[in-house]
Amino acid sequence: MLRPLLSLLLGFTLLLGVAVPLGVTALASLTLPERAGGSLIRQGDRVIGSALIGQNFERDRWFHGRPSATSVAPYDAASSAASQLGPTSAVLLAAVKERLAGARNVPADAAAASGSGLDPHISPENAAAQVVRVAQARGLPTPRVAALVEQHVEDREFGLLGEPRVNVLRLNLALDALH
Amino acid sequence: MTIIGWAQIALVLGCALLFAVPVGRWLGCLAQGRMGLLTGIDGCVLRAAGVDPARGQGWQGYLLAMLAFNAAGFLLLYGLLRLQGMLPLNPQGFDGIPPYLAFNTAISFVTNTNWQAYSGEAAMSHLSQMTGLAVQNFLSAGTGIALAFAVMRAFAAGGVTQFGNFWVDLTRITLWLLLPGALIASFAFIAMGVPQTLASNVTATTLAGGEQTIVLGPIAFQLAIKHLGTNGGGFFGVNALHPFEGPSALATSLQIILQVVIPFGLCLAFGRIVGDARQGRALLAVMVGFVLVATLAIYAAEAAGNPLHIAAGVSPAQGNMEGKDFRFGLALAALFTATTTGASCGAVNAMIDSFTPLGGLVPMFLIQLGEVLPGGVGSGLYGMLIFALLAVFVAGLMVGRTPEYLGKKVQAREVKLAMLAVLVLPAAILGFAGLSLVLEVSTASLQDAGPHGLSEMLYAFTSAAGNNGSAFGGLTADTPWLNTTLGIAMLAGRFGFVIPVLAIAGSLAAKPRAPEGPGTLPTHGPLFIGLLAGVILILGGLQYLPALALGPIAEHFAMLAGQTF
Repeated sequence: MLRPLLSLLLGFTLLLGVAVPLGVTALASLTLPERAGGSLIRQGDRVIGSALIGQNFERDRWFHGRPSATSVAPYDAASSAASQLGPTSAVLLAAVKERLAGARNVPADAAAASGSGLDPHISPENAAAQVVRVAQARGLPTPRVAALVEQHVEDREFGLLGEPRVNVLRLNLALDALH
Repeated sequence: MTIIGWAQIALVLGCALLFAVPVGRWLGCLAQGRMGLLTGIDGCVLRAAGVDPARGQGWQGYLLAMLAFNAAGFLLLYGLLRLQGMLPLNPQGFDGIPPYLAFNTAISFVTNTNWQAYSGEAAMSHLSQMTGLAVQNFLSAGTGIALAFAVMRAFAAGGVTQFGNFWVDLTRITLWLLLPGALIASFAFIAMGVPQTLASNVTATTLAGGEQTIVLGPIAFQLAIKHLGTNGGGFFGVNALHPFEGPSALATSLQIILQVVIPFGLCLAFGRIVGDARQGRALLAVMVGFVLVATLAIYAAEAAGNPLHIAAGVSPAQGNMEGKDFRFGLALAALFTATTTGASCGAVNAMIDSFTPLGGLVPMFLIQLGEVLPGGVGSGLYGMLIFALLAVFVAGLMVGRTPEYLGKKVQAREVKLAMLAVLVLPAAILGFAGLSLVLEVSTASLQDAGPHGLSEMLYAFTSAAGNNGSAFGGLTADTPWLNTTLGIAMLAGRFGFVIPVLAIAGSLAAKPRAPEGPGTLPTHGPLFIGLLAGVILILGGLQYLPALALGPIAEHFAMLAGQTF
């Protein structure tokens, strides 16, 4: 029994754990280099981020993403994390109230922390609620910013799957390009 | 809940059932060695490994080979994890994994549980992920399907003592099902944006002027087998929620399909092998029925939102968004959660710890029902067949006849062994969870106070013993006590169940298949489907109700009363 055991375990380890994944990696870098490499967004030589991964925006002149519960700083992509707080947690309720700051009827995605801590999207309602603030901070006419948001609403995938949403990083990049 | 949400659920579940038809046909061919030219190729491979493919094993021989192979896999993985600091492909320079955590993780991946007491991007080198963990994703899945093949052939055979060869089954399943499936799925995932690279991390200068370290790795291939093999261990700490593991609603839909297609397909393969397709469809109907009900229950609970937060000023329109990413939507989060817990996968695309109390109860209860709805690859089918034996036994008691299933008389020995198998799960879950809830060494690991804390601990042992791997993630699981006890619960849930199952298979294979008589209970109609569902609910679920009443149900009423902890 020892011979089949060792030969199959080691054989499969080399095949499934070394040869095939390396082959897949090589083929992916040839055929789909941009996606296999993390969908990075560059400006010149500088990597700005990944189109798939959210970034932290705090100042008034940016659209803000969802609250993030990653541990050291928000949107820490080296350590994805959720709050993991339960529905009756007093800590969670206090955090939600702080984010609401007394406002009513706030879209849930603006008040609840995302599951990855890196959610790149917000809801169109959440984006719309931020238009006036961003327009004022940048000295831009409000309708212009509102139109930009409108352009950046992505429909459900194939018109069916998921939710209509706005990629915050792409929206903020487009906002910078307005000036 | 929206119409479009219901449509998403119907479409994805419909696709899974559609794909299960050809997969089931292929599984039947693999189990019976009818694969044309491929039989010659794996014959060469097996002979090179010193196996005579024509030589069968009895149930003890099959069991021994399976146990020895899994023990060796555990040792190899444990060694790789402990030594990762000295091995190559470690761009972030991680140290070796400490002993308790390595013990827990190695058991976790060998038993197809993939409970993660570590956070992938902050602890594991590329080599550990690719050559350690991902290889066990294949081999533990192959082990489960091989066992299901053995059990299926035992039902189909009559008067034999041998029902196949573990090495042959494992090799065929790995080479001709899991590997090609994972290859196709990994390129689909790469096209959707999942990285597959050996490059080290990228430091980005963010738009707002900060720095962001973006972790890359050979993610796509591991992701593909993680779902296809119902393993569930993610490359990243937040699993399929991470934008690199779940970049879009389409990717999450494909993951849902992958994690149920083999368990569904095995039911259909079973029907073909025993020569009556209706038998397989009856088992499938029970599985799909439970998945549907569970999905709708989770969807309704999460769409209703958290009344405490709504009272504070959150709009109820989106439902409960804590611990969820926006791109998937609630409907796909609900379907993913029901299938990942029903199918013993354990990957998550929404954080179950932050679900509403009833939304969190459903996945926990699905695991407690025995991981047969539809259960892990292989383990779901042989678990379901154990419940089928118990269902005909219950029916036999009602009418005072010797029960039979597919022409096999079900007698005292089989029923005793089946009960032994079914009792392993509640003993491990309730025993360890109860103990851990009174010991200070483990209550210190709880994050939440009140009934939610009890749910966190109960869920951990439920997940471990059910070989699921999902978690109420607030629990700090990386402690010597929890690493050890959860490890033991995983071993009990896997091998404590498999040993009696193979013994039953051995005794059934030896019995002749009697033709159906006028008094035979048909095991393919609605009557049997209802009976089987009832036996699963009562025998699988009843013993957990007191614990669930103290956890999620108590929390639900506390939440309605406006109480926080």
